[in-house]
Amino acid sequence: MFEFLLRMGDNTLVLGHRVSEWCGHSPVLEEDIALANIALDLIGQTRMWLGLAGEVEGQGRDADALAFRRDAWDFRNLLIVERPNRDYGHTLMRQFLFDLWHHERLADLCLSDDDRVAGIAAKCVKEADYHLERSKDLIIRLGDGTPESHARMQDALEAIWPYTGEMFENDALDQAMFEAGISPLPGSQKPRFDAALEDTLAKATLKRPENGFARKGGRKGVHSEDLGHLLASMQFLPRAYPDARW
Amino acid sequence: MVEAAQIWQWLSEVPDPEIPVLSLVDLGVIRAVEVMDGMVRIKVTPTYSGCPATTFINLDIEAKLRSKGIEKLQIEPQIAPPWSTDWIKPEAHEKLREYGIAPPRPGQPYCPRCGAADTELLSQFGSTPCKSHYRCTACLEPFDAFKCL
Repeated sequence: MFEFLLRMGDNTLVLGHRVSEWCGHSPVLEEDIALANIALDLIGQTRMWLGLAGEVEGQGRDADALAFRRDAWDFRNLLIVERPNRDYGHTLMRQFLFDLWHHERLADLCLSDDDRVAGIAAKCVKEADYHLERSKDLIIRLGDGTPESHARMQDALEAIWPYTGEMFENDALDQAMFEAGISPLPGSQKPRFDAALEDTLAKATLKRPENGFARKGGRKGVHSEDLGHLLASMQFLPRAYPDARW
Repeated sequence: MVEAAQIWQWLSEVPDPEIPVLSLVDLGVIRAVEVMDGMVRIKVTPTYSGCPATTFINLDIEAKLRSKGIEKLQIEPQIAPPWSTDWIKPEAHEKLREYGIAPPRPGQPYCPRCGAADTELLSQFGSTPCKSHYRCTACLEPFDAFKCL
């Protein structure tokens, strides 16, 4: 259960941090505000998932301790969320693919037999709903935009595509969560994800990559180098000044 | 001994930190007030999970009740059922409009200045997590609208 909650909370924590890196750097003011707000939502959601994880673990660690005092190999997020921002097209494509998965995942967890999990999911799914609405809209606008924006979105899709396979992997932990009535198997989401993806990509005039290769490992703690760099900047302050208050 | 009704009355005097024309009671974030053996227990629900005002809301509740002489106080978060804009009190809608913010309604918001229904979305996110930015195509004024949640 602890590990399952880390998988949920680490996704929103790492993506929330990545998205917040745009703060003050976005192409236009409205986008800057939108990304900062999405980052806040994701970090707020993290507080609930990791807060519950700490409670379940029972070792006295709270959400902050879990966020700031674990190393890369203890993180259980999907690799897609630690991908660097690169250009705006990459950032939006990563967000769209994540939102599409995240929204379905949360909708499934609303039906969890565990009231605490269902409660957090019901809170988060409302936010995931408008995140997805926004990222879908932008993917369509930019995919079906100028030749330049179209090419960049197709590039971003090709680059990020291999990181979607990991979302639908069922391992022993997923099986245990399924048997305990806590969560449906992640793989059961795949047909719904594919159908929704097909629909948006068609409107965006983008082509789904043929490549079926999937990069995996994040959910077991095997990460790319990028996560280490992200944690170095995210965790520096609380590690250099433990228990600092202001 | 203090009654729950009195606590509700005091809380209806605590303004929301971001939208001060609304009280915390108007906003629907106070989910329960219990008084037992001199202990006041208040359940508060967050609006948007990432809303930075959540911490200040708890501080403001505490400050208000301490100033009224409440000593034993417990403020607990309650996330289920999740907060909804439907919980904003109907009388608060008018206060929002007067303040220049279109109250939440399904579909396009009406312009809070001229009342026109012809409005267009400028940005899904406004000055705070709870608002979107719109423009009225009749009077051309931009305005914030409460997001339906």
